[in-house]
Amino acid sequence: MVLLTRKIEFSASHRYDNPNLSPEENRRVFGKCNNPHGHGHNYTLEVTVEGDPSPITGMVLDLKDLKELLDREIMQRMDHRNLNVEVPELAGKIPTCENIALVIWNLLEPKIPAGKLHRVRLYESADLFADCYRAAASNGHAPSRKAGK
Amino acid sequence: MALANNTSSVDPGIKVELGRRYRFSASHRLHNASLSEAANHEIYGKCNNPHGHGHNYILEVTVSGPVDPATGMIANLADLDAFVERQVLNDYDHKSFNQDVPAFRNVVPTTENLCIDIFRRLKTFPVAKLERIRVDETGNNSFEYAGDNTEGGQP
Repeated sequence: MVLLTRKIEFSASHRYDNPNLSPEENRRVFGKCNNPHGHGHNYTLEVTVEGDPSPITGMVLDLKDLKELLDREIMQRMDHRNLNVEVPELAGKIPTCENIALVIWNLLEPKIPAGKLHRVRLYESADLFADCYRAAASNGHAPSRKAGK
Repeated sequence: MALANNTSSVDPGIKVELGRRYRFSASHRLHNASLSEAANHEIYGKCNNPHGHGHNYILEVTVSGPVDPATGMIANLADLDAFVERQVLNDYDHKSFNQDVPAFRNVVPTTENLCIDIFRRLKTFPVAKLERIRVDETGNNSFEYAGDNTEGGQP
């Protein structure tokens, strides 16, 4: 099995606010992410697909198809948007890194050949990311030594 | 905005993990007192320099768990940050592992052993499950550890 990863970047704004909580509770739980006028990030999305290379094409998945899918489903939906008000899939959800990654998984999985979507990793910044996996298929993220000393 | 506690679209078959990076700078010397000077020099090379040396380490902590529909979070970053600071960074940052961290009195502070000590310090995080940690010693060396029930039992 080979893993193939494609990366895209998009920029968007968001605000964390749960209407079921008081303004004080929202400020306590979400801190500066509760700023009424929102804020934004440059997100980096890594989409990893898995499979055996086709004996005919040598490819796990045609990168052009994956690029077009990411452009259509993610870039056009999220790039330079306000995630709270312009992305229907996030309506009623706090647009955290976890929830955005889940929405992206749910948008992509039905449109990628069955069983091939391995991981969605969404970076909100260089120091924060969320990963989604199909739990049964591939949480075998074995610890490994990546390089010699 | 609709109520933010709708869980109907959450697929229980999808596992979500949260990764967060931290930085600390520390010094160490790789030296095993039970070996000869020559053997230490042979094994550890310039890392055996008697006066030690240091690195800017990057610690990546990954936790998993259900996404709380009220917050959209596996764990509040403020809680995770405070826990990592209390459990690891306060003891590690700007310290000498060999002299300042008791776990390394008799354990060579390689990054492998740092991983095991850090995992032991973080596995009690009460909010979410610790999946694994990764430590980058430099831009070229990184180590991952997901626990194997030996952490804490190092000689």
